[in-house]
Amino acid sequence: MSSPMLQAVDLQCERDDRILFRGLDFSIVPGTVTRVEGPNGAGKTTLLRILAGLNDHFSGELLWLGERWQSQREAFLRNLLYLGHRPGIKPLLTPLENLRALTAVRRPVSDQAMKQALDGTGLQGYYDVPCRNLSAGQQRRVALARLLIADEPLWLLDEPFTALDRHGVAGLEQLLLDHAASGGAAVVTTHHELDLPGMARITLGASPAGEAPS
Amino acid sequence: MTARQPGVALVTAQVGTASAMWTVVRRDLKSSFRQRQDLLNPLLFFFMVVTLFPLGVSPEVSFLQRSGSGILWVAALLATLLSLDHLFRHDFDDGTLEQMVLQPQPLFLLVLAKTLAHWLVTGLPLILLAPVLGIMLHLEGNSIAVLCLTLLIGTPVLSLIGAIGAALTLGLRAGGVLLSLLIIPLYIPVLIFGTGTVAAAADGTPVGGYLALMAAFLVLAITLAPFAAAAALRISLSNS
Amino acid sequence: MWQFFHKLGSPKWFYGIANRFMPWLFWLGLALLLGGLVWGLAFAPKDYLQGNSYRIIFIHVPSAFLAQSVYVMMAVAGVVTLVWRMKLADLFVKAAAPVGAVLTFLALFTGAVWGKPTWGTWWIWDARLTSMLILLFLYLGVVFLGSAISDEKSSARAVAVLVLVGVVNIPIIKYSVEWWNTLHQPATFKLTEKPSMPAEMWVPLLLSVLGLYLLFGWLACLRMQTEILIRERRTRWVKDFVSTGGH
Repeated sequence: MSSPMLQAVDLQCERDDRILFRGLDFSIVPGTVTRVEGPNGAGKTTLLRILAGLNDHFSGELLWLGERWQSQREAFLRNLLYLGHRPGIKPLLTPLENLRALTAVRRPVSDQAMKQALDGTGLQGYYDVPCRNLSAGQQRRVALARLLIADEPLWLLDEPFTALDRHGVAGLEQLLLDHAASGGAAVVTTHHELDLPGMARITLGASPAGEAPS
Repeated sequence: MTARQPGVALVTAQVGTASAMWTVVRRDLKSSFRQRQDLLNPLLFFFMVVTLFPLGVSPEVSFLQRSGSGILWVAALLATLLSLDHLFRHDFDDGTLEQMVLQPQPLFLLVLAKTLAHWLVTGLPLILLAPVLGIMLHLEGNSIAVLCLTLLIGTPVLSLIGAIGAALTLGLRAGGVLLSLLIIPLYIPVLIFGTGTVAAAADGTPVGGYLALMAAFLVLAITLAPFAAAAALRISLSNS
Repeated sequence: MWQFFHKLGSPKWFYGIANRFMPWLFWLGLALLLGGLVWGLAFAPKDYLQGNSYRIIFIHVPSAFLAQSVYVMMAVAGVVTLVWRMKLADLFVKAAAPVGAVLTFLALFTGAVWGKPTWGTWWIWDARLTSMLILLFLYLGVVFLGSAISDEKSSARAVAVLVLVGVVNIPIIKYSVEWWNTLHQPATFKLTEKPSMPAEMWVPLLLSVLGLYLLFGWLACLRMQTEILIRERRTRWVKDFVSTGGH
């Protein structure tokens, strides 16, 4: 195994008097896809937001390449691609403009490459249609087009399969495999039956309410 | 095919903060211009509030001349307040805000860029409309000029302080009302000096010192407010 | 350093320690305040200009004084919240804000009552009173923001940011309100600015200020203790504590 990219040590998160998880240890290793599973309300999204640094209501340590994550913030963010429930697509802008705004702050990407990425997610001919005129699945595809031109090695994807048709699901699964094969790592939460070869799992179980730390 | 053990290819490329800020400004301006109604709303509100005063208090020239600058300032303040709710709300709803927080550039500078874009589409048009309203309120030419100058220095302060309130109340129910409660007390110095300067100008007192003081407010707001707003944004996002 | 702060910040530890000194705060504060008030209201000499009506300063000044310093204390606690994430600081801000708002209101109310015989009107846009009114708005903002955010940690930190922004603004607000006041009504009669107060007046005043400070300390501790019990209701020590009837 190569050394872990992201490591969680003794992670604990409590929300509204309920412990979502505690004593959680895991490593995200390059070349793997990790699925976060658990019933509704088990804290899958919360865990992903914690890993991305959006939520800091937790105790425990996060290590980026073996070093404390807080001291590596900028380097970490440069290598992170996070897609949330709401993936940051502005309804008034076109897919091309959205993609440009999202990538231009990370690295210069040519319009040509962005168009190819949109083609790759099946959005040919929609370059200049405001996103609010697209269907939910198409909007999701605009967000996923980012993955096609991403060079960030760590992907945190919250329910990326939502609103995708069968074709889209297959495409995304292949994308995840390719990403892992090229040395990247992806952490995915999903309700969709995802079973990729070599996939790691983090299982969260809803712990009984009423327990609290001593 | 999963047996390969390649090393991690880390991203080392960096995008400068200035160009990231420019991207933010451009995206926000573009979004705003696609929704022109939103652009017009604060302006119309500004106009209507001003109209209420001659109707509700008195259309006498002497009253309007005396109170005109105050009326315009109060109306501009309220119009800014009205528009603040939008500053982060749309971005919060569609996830753009999360993406912004996760950009490698310092968040407070990105917040500054967002606030600048907000001011360009709300504060600046108010200043352009103010002379027309000044004439309707029988203000003298000199007073109108000074008024516009105070608005030019003052409205960015309103936007900057407002950004803190907007960030703090993000995602809360009844956030709009709470926002006014949090922000209005902080607006008072700007209001006092804005109207006071115009009053001084009408009396023939030199106003350079007052304008310099307002400029000092602006500098203070530019240096401190984005930090507070950025901290507030992180807190609000952590909570969602 | 960290360990020390953690111990200091432990609500359980605070609960015990507070129990020990709260009686002192209460009785000493009450004695000082009552002493100051009785002295000031009944025995201090009449004011040569205002007669007996000035005696309201023995309530007005302490509450106005404390109202302002409570905000500063909250700001200090806010820094502690943001930098060291100490739970006690959160608790203090939450406990102090409504008390500060009440004190500010008391100062405004007594100011208005004082205004009636002095200026012949209940309210005058005097610099001090106006500043106090704005301070009341600031306090209400803190209270309402705190209660609008349901998550404890987020609420505490959002409030801390707001209090810090407020405390930076307070001097600016005061300065601009004073300037505004001179602009609109130069040379008005100023509250509490006496050329020289005889000792018979300022000693009782000092006593009541001190007394009110101590009583505030007691009330803040009490409110913090209550909040601690609510927040930690699921922990073992609180369960034990409650089952033994609070002993």
